[in-house]
Amino acid sequence: MHVVWAILAALSLIVAVISIGTGEYPISPSEVIRTLLGDGTQGTTFIVETLRMPRVICALLVGGALGASGAVFQTLTHNPLGSPDVIGFTWGAATGAVLQIAILGGGAFAVSGSAILGGLVTAFAVYGLSLGHGPTGSRLILIGIGISALLAAVTTFLLARVELGSAQAARIWLTGSLNGRGWEFAVPMLVALAILLPLLALLAKPLTMLELGDDAARALGVEVDKIRPALIVVAVGLCGCATAAVGPVPFVALAAPQLARRLTRATGPGLVAATLMGALLLAGSDLLAQRLLPTGGLPVGVMTGALGGAYLIWLLRNEWRKTS
Amino acid sequence: MAEDVVTDLTKPSSGSDTVPAEPGAVDRPLASPGVAAPLAAFSSATPDVPTRLEAKGVSLAYDDRVISEGLDLRIPAGSFTVIVGPNACGKSTALRALARMLKPKQGSVLLDGQVISSLPAKQVARTLGLLPQSSVVPDGITVRDLVGRGRFPHQGLLRQWSSKDESAVQHALAATGVSDLENRFVDELSGGQRQRVWLAMVLAQETELLLLDEPTTFLDITHQYEVLDLCAELRESGDRTLVAVLHDLNQAARYATHIIAMKQGQIVAQGPPAEVVTPELVEAVFDLKCVVVPDPATGTPMVVATGRGERSAAAKAHAAELTGR
Repeated sequence: MHVVWAILAALSLIVAVISIGTGEYPISPSEVIRTLLGDGTQGTTFIVETLRMPRVICALLVGGALGASGAVFQTLTHNPLGSPDVIGFTWGAATGAVLQIAILGGGAFAVSGSAILGGLVTAFAVYGLSLGHGPTGSRLILIGIGISALLAAVTTFLLARVELGSAQAARIWLTGSLNGRGWEFAVPMLVALAILLPLLALLAKPLTMLELGDDAARALGVEVDKIRPALIVVAVGLCGCATAAVGPVPFVALAAPQLARRLTRATGPGLVAATLMGALLLAGSDLLAQRLLPTGGLPVGVMTGALGGAYLIWLLRNEWRKTS
Repeated sequence: MAEDVVTDLTKPSSGSDTVPAEPGAVDRPLASPGVAAPLAAFSSATPDVPTRLEAKGVSLAYDDRVISEGLDLRIPAGSFTVIVGPNACGKSTALRALARMLKPKQGSVLLDGQVISSLPAKQVARTLGLLPQSSVVPDGITVRDLVGRGRFPHQGLLRQWSSKDESAVQHALAATGVSDLENRFVDELSGGQRQRVWLAMVLAQETELLLLDEPTTFLDITHQYEVLDLCAELRESGDRTLVAVLHDLNQAARYATHIIAMKQGQIVAQGPPAEVVTPELVEAVFDLKCVVVPDPATGTPMVVATGRGERSAAAKAHAAELTGR
């Protein structure tokens, strides 16, 4: 398991160095490392530290947040489809952001705030509606899908009603993109993770017990009624911050925990591996998205959507073949 | 989850009430079904017997659906108590309340004299274990890992796996006879093996009180007896108190030291099997006409249904007709 962690971390680092090195002004990996260690020329220092590094850091942090958040929700719902992008939290954040961009016309921080608020409100609506006795997992997912459809309709309506300029801005935001993400995005994200990830670490063991079902967990001394809402708040916080920073990036939260689990072959939510895998996936996707077309940057959301969709189809085909 | 909705595989094939009993099969006057009054003599609440777990005047409900009202229930210390009753009589609900899975609307459940809901969850989990009716097997978990999760209440935030945890797990694996499955994946096991693994997990918890919600459901008959033998051994080999919800009256009568019979959310009778399991009680609680004879293997009371006498005679005639053709 620790080997997998080390490999994932090393790969993320390599992707980061390559990403920083590529662009209109290529810098060799060794020069990137030298610059990062504070030994670069004035030119490379400017390019690396001001232009390219915040974007890569954003990708790593956002990807990590999405991976961790996905692992929490998949464990809570006992279902690999129970990731925040499927159960509506991402759409809640998106609706909040579009409302801000298209109607209220706030700046970048207002958009981020609205996204987090939208995600939280949606999360509590979905959770509240799915309460009751009985297995909450599948009900949460189904209600989440319903709410997603509703929010998607609201978002489309908003986009259709507002003037073209702000609709265009909102639409770009909705694709999920790392373009132009500087330190003003990376630093708040770093602060958010520095608070949320330690909280999640404290909740990791009870989360593992929740895998056994509510009754078994409760019988083993887990205070399910306190732990679950706490986990939901932390995980929504993670995916809300991620969405606020770069827009809704599809599939990372869904795929990262599943890929990580196949690599570690360990049981449990696998939060560390999922976080590292998310970081690697998003940073890797952004590198591909920037370099794939000679004309320049695709939004990273397009890339994760394409990769994630292909992965999901492959996964489902394979799992079915195995069981049938 | 609502209790008793699970398809019932363990219940003896009971008579249907459309078939009249064979006259003379039951030689005692029968209490009219559903009336508990004649059985009041059996409901000796045994207040003198020491108890570690009891429910005092609890009202139990799922949302607005009331299951029990003003229920008093005492589990004698050191007993193997079995709760029996027809489907939806509230026996699993009562067990869930004792195991703090369900918070009573009124009244309280006391563990060693203290209100159970006021005690720290982990502390309770070191005294009282529960084998729930439905648990989820995590993907790709091995027997060892699953049983190891039973050690959760003994672990702190920072304290990692200790040699004490290890020996508890090994004991539990050995006691349930699954030591040689240790490294197998739980989802590859048969139903009987899997149930023993879940039991091992609860045993690894090392609690003096052990609550089992229909531990024999979904098991074939061999494994049912295996699990019950194991329960009896657990009681005899230590200071453990066991409480189980069972469907099979004959198994209850054979293994229990104390039987609690419930109907419509209330206790109808309780006491040692020999006193409780009588034709009158069975008819009153289950609406089943029967005779009670000594179990040829153990001498404990054995319920033999009489209600299907006529139908089985008709079936015999039909079979004879078929073979004669």
